[in-house]
Amino acid sequence: MTSLSPALGVGGAILALVLAITVAAPWIAPYPTTEQHMLDRLQPPGARFLLGTDQYGRDLLSRTLFGARPALGLGLGAVALGLALGVPLGLTAGYVGGRFDDLIMRVVDAMLAFPSLLLALLIITALGASTGHALLAIGVANGPGVARIVRSATLALREAEFVLAARVRGERHLYVMFGEIFPNVMAPVIVEATLRVGFAILAGASLSFLGLGVQPPAADWGLMIREARQYVFLSPWPLLAPGTALALTIVAFNLFGDGLRDRLGAT
Amino acid sequence: MARYALRRLASIALILLLVSAIVFTAIHVLPGNAATLILGEYATPEALRTLERDMGLDRPLVVQYASWIGSVVTGDWGVSLAMKQPVATIVGYRLRNSAFLAVTALIVVVAVGIPLGTVAALRRGRPLDLAIVTATYVGISIPEFVTGLALLLVLAGPSVGLFPTSGYVELTSGVTAWARHLVLPATTLTIVLLAHVVRQTRSGVADVLAAPYIRTARLKGASPRRIVLRHALRNALLPTITVLALDLGYLMGGIVVVEEVFAYPGMGRLIIYAVQNRDVPLLQMCALVVASVYVLANLAADLAYAWLDPRIRYS
Amino acid sequence: MTPPPPLLDIRALTVHFDTKDGPLRVLRDVSLQLAVGETFGLAGESGSGKTTLGYTILQALGPTARIESGAILFEGRDLVAVGEEELRRIRGRRIAMVYQDPRSALNPTMRVGAQIAEVLEIHERTPAAAAMRRAQELLELVNIADPTSVARRYPHELSGGMQQRAVIAMALAGGPSLLILDEPTTGLDVTTQARILDLVGDLKRRVGAAILYISHDLAVIAQVADRVGVLYAGELVEVAPTADLFARPVHPYTRGLLDALPHLDGVHGLAPIRGRIPRLTALPPGCVFAPRCDFAAPECTAATPALEEVAPGRRARCIRWPTVIATPRGSTAEVIERGTIARETVARETLGPDAALLSFEHVTKHFGGAGAMARRLGVGAPPVRAVDDVSFDVAADEIFALVGESGCGKTTLGRLAVRLLRPTAGHIVFSAPRPTDAQIVFQHPDSSLNPMKRIGPSLARPLVLRGLRRPERGRRVRELLEAVRLDPDYRGRRPAELSGGEKQRVAIARALAMAPRFVVLDEPVSALDVSTQASIIRLLADLRRTRGASYLLISHDLSLVRHVAARVGVMYLGRLVEIGAVDEVFRAPSHPYTHALLSAVPRPDPGGRGQPIRLEGTVPSAQHPPPGCRFHTRCPQKIGRICEEIEPPWERASATHRIACHIPIAELSRGAEERRT
Repeated sequence: MTSLSPALGVGGAILALVLAITVAAPWIAPYPTTEQHMLDRLQPPGARFLLGTDQYGRDLLSRTLFGARPALGLGLGAVALGLALGVPLGLTAGYVGGRFDDLIMRVVDAMLAFPSLLLALLIITALGASTGHALLAIGVANGPGVARIVRSATLALREAEFVLAARVRGERHLYVMFGEIFPNVMAPVIVEATLRVGFAILAGASLSFLGLGVQPPAADWGLMIREARQYVFLSPWPLLAPGTALALTIVAFNLFGDGLRDRLGAT
Repeated sequence: MARYALRRLASIALILLLVSAIVFTAIHVLPGNAATLILGEYATPEALRTLERDMGLDRPLVVQYASWIGSVVTGDWGVSLAMKQPVATIVGYRLRNSAFLAVTALIVVVAVGIPLGTVAALRRGRPLDLAIVTATYVGISIPEFVTGLALLLVLAGPSVGLFPTSGYVELTSGVTAWARHLVLPATTLTIVLLAHVVRQTRSGVADVLAAPYIRTARLKGASPRRIVLRHALRNALLPTITVLALDLGYLMGGIVVVEEVFAYPGMGRLIIYAVQNRDVPLLQMCALVVASVYVLANLAADLAYAWLDPRIRYS
Repeated sequence: MTPPPPLLDIRALTVHFDTKDGPLRVLRDVSLQLAVGETFGLAGESGSGKTTLGYTILQALGPTARIESGAILFEGRDLVAVGEEELRRIRGRRIAMVYQDPRSALNPTMRVGAQIAEVLEIHERTPAAAAMRRAQELLELVNIADPTSVARRYPHELSGGMQQRAVIAMALAGGPSLLILDEPTTGLDVTTQARILDLVGDLKRRVGAAILYISHDLAVIAQVADRVGVLYAGELVEVAPTADLFARPVHPYTRGLLDALPHLDGVHGLAPIRGRIPRLTALPPGCVFAPRCDFAAPECTAATPALEEVAPGRRARCIRWPTVIATPRGSTAEVIERGTIARETVARETLGPDAALLSFEHVTKHFGGAGAMARRLGVGAPPVRAVDDVSFDVAADEIFALVGESGCGKTTLGRLAVRLLRPTAGHIVFSAPRPTDAQIVFQHPDSSLNPMKRIGPSLARPLVLRGLRRPERGRRVRELLEAVRLDPDYRGRRPAELSGGEKQRVAIARALAMAPRFVVLDEPVSALDVSTQASIIRLLADLRRTRGASYLLISHDLSLVRHVAARVGVMYLGRLVEIGAVDEVFRAPSHPYTHALLSAVPRPDPGGRGQPIRLEGTVPSAQHPPPGCRFHTRCPQKIGRICEEIEPPWERASATHRIACHIPIAELSRGAEERRT
């Protein structure tokens, strides 16, 4: 066992912490997330409210802790959806090749021509703003990118001798794709997925910030920052608490993904 | 080269057509068509049917799509439902404003990002590189709305007031005032983008420095300076061109958020407005324009790449 | 009078790489001298440290390498000790290096002329125009016909041979007194290689630089070197004048290498060395070759032997050398046993297409190209005509070989034979009961096995397809491993833990698991070391005899084909130009291309050879093949317009031997006889 790289170590440690918080939030949060303390609005950090309070006097620590849930849920869920769409598509396009590949890749190029936030906005316009729709929109927006990565990895393996050998011995195409090629595509896919979780969390928070994702009064980092905007000059804490949590979580996924890339030797 | 450009143009035309189809599909095929979007969920069936007939929504989808594309191409972009103005006029004005922001950010990013990335690659593993790499992690990980608000808090607060907190003034009312409104949003955009370009340049230069032809240059007796300037940079910056074009995608996503934070009247804010007001004609043209700009930027990058790389130029 | 000091004097050099598991000593106690103007051939298999030695001389090792001890004296300076500034003045000007794969050695975005001129700009501060003129002169010096236009081109616009010439011109630009050539012809076709080797010989006479020629190919070294050193696992085991080394090798490893090399006569060679090259992490005690040595005695493992003088000008690192010298070559019991088995098992049996198992009937394969519509309109690229109208049969239990240089279509034919590709026109008739009775073994050991699968599952999968049940599969996997001489506990290993030869054995076992009647062997040993090559070929021949199958051997190595195949087809630019029994094809009369190909094969006997035939120009594009005879643009025996306009007919030289050429058979044989004498 080789030693952990700093990227993998630091990233992994933060991720473990975020994961622990996500699970343990109900036990460690000092207050319910929606409990309003009308006499203690926009308080700075203190003994009663460790991170201060927001404009309704809600405890920022509790809300920030609980905010990890929608962030992680949305990030992981959207990427899972992106993988579910992109992996089979990329694998098939890369393996089948020819006209089919051309067609799929043109569509993927066209989808990639939308900044992913725009694509998500289009979908949300059609479906309406909600957490589930945000997840769906970001997931769909992730599909083409994943498909592209998987396809190029598949293309590189299509003519690999062990793949040709499998075809010569009469294996079915599904076996060749999933039994021979896919295990070798896993490493870059895992790396890509990890990095994409970070971006998905960011995109989800952006949607919530724009009022198009998680809806009030839920505790969500993007939404908290949206609400903190008006009061930012009165008290920076409603911005800083969720902002730092958000940035840390995204840094962690980026570090962890890059560390994995170096470890697995994927490109 | 001309042949290559023609080939790329043909494929761009196809992609643009597909892009328009995706915009159309997203708005018209997903549950809840334009009429529902406009009238809201509680509209009476009669009102819906009337509006559908007026808008031509009762026709087959293919016919609707064809007629939409036809009018877009002939310059008839329709009228905004919420603003009651021609879409083309609104989009033109907002696009120009966003361009100010985007171009400013891009210039800074290229001027600062490429040298920083190169330096990091040349000092790989040293403290300077580590500092740069750490900074890029922070840069790509903090969402634009957090950076933007933080900048506001520090530089535009009532006690500091270096820059206006939001809004935009026309160039005609003074260059200084105009520029002051541009600084904070442009800086916010730059920070994220810079991180991307530095990372890309760093890995590009590092890859090239490991290439056998760099060893050839070293074994010729070339000085480190000559190796970097004559052999490494040109080859290393080629992929950076492509990344810059791709980064325009981030830039446009970022622009939506940044314009919202600073109440800057550009395309991004227009899109949000269109979404919030369910202004279908406005939204679909905004989406089409933004995607087209992105596609064309990628085309420009491909052509620049081909022009700089002899291997593609002649193929 | 004292002799002049050597140009290069490497003294007791030890180099290691820092790894996670501690230092890995890739070169140990290496000493050698090069005289002014001398060509020294450094031979060794992969992992011998030969390339590291080249870079060590120029102090161009990676950051993890350390020179542990020793000195490299060059023109009175110790290169180990000189500073970076001084090194830059030596590199390119006093010592220049050319290495394998010229394509990656050249900057892709810089014109060839500018890259050569740069050397002069760096070292002589020559003005640009003068430097460019000099660059063109240098291109002319390396026999490039139109230096002005080549100087203006980018590397990717040149063929591999031309690129290597350009790199050599660049190396000569500074007027170095030492030229290091590291595998300069590896990866090039045999006819291109022959011309590069001619050029090296030519430069020796004209330029006067000393040359350190590094190669894995002893036959190539025999052609160019004055003296030879043999490296084994980081140690120099023998140094001798070239003629002496090839006539009377002293070190048992040198002997083994020479015996393993297939000779073009089809009789000598192909006797494998047993065992495998030791890993540097687990070197045996004492003599590193002892575990594989037929002469090994108990005292060999006691201490590392010294490189001692065994005759004037000859040194060997072997304490048993008196015994070795006294034993005639190929006479030890082990060598006799290995040699004869090799010869017997590869003995050619069946002849003639009486019972065709696989027939190619006018098979054509084109790739890509614009659609029919675009072509009618006169736009779009024509297709690549990889294989054009090829017909031949492979009989049951026969070894049929296809030879030709890269791009001739032989690999495409192999893939057509196992249905990986479908012919554009023509028919392939395979008369075995199941389509999967045709299997294939590929070239690259690194890509032949799925890196994510252990060996056992890899071998069991074909058995699953054949419907075998689990306990039966386990038994068969063990059998297969035994059949390819691998230990049954290889089942649990991953491909990354295997050597190249071992991986190729597993790939063979995997093909055999389908119990094929017909196997395509696509360059099955060309990525392997000589000593491994011989054992794999022997294994293949053995397996064919015991299991019975036809082989279609695809190879660029004519010596190997001569040893192994019963019949052979020669391909050029998508066409079959000659076909017949090996002995017929390798003797006159033969197609002018076959003749040139045979003439280009380097032989491991320095000196003795007649007037070589060299092909000018490069192979034309398969998108625009020349009309008439495809070989006419390069044919040294072209007879006139007829060659350019009319496709040559098939002429019978014997019942089993046909040649596609306009020259009458009688003249082809006469011409060949004349050239030979």
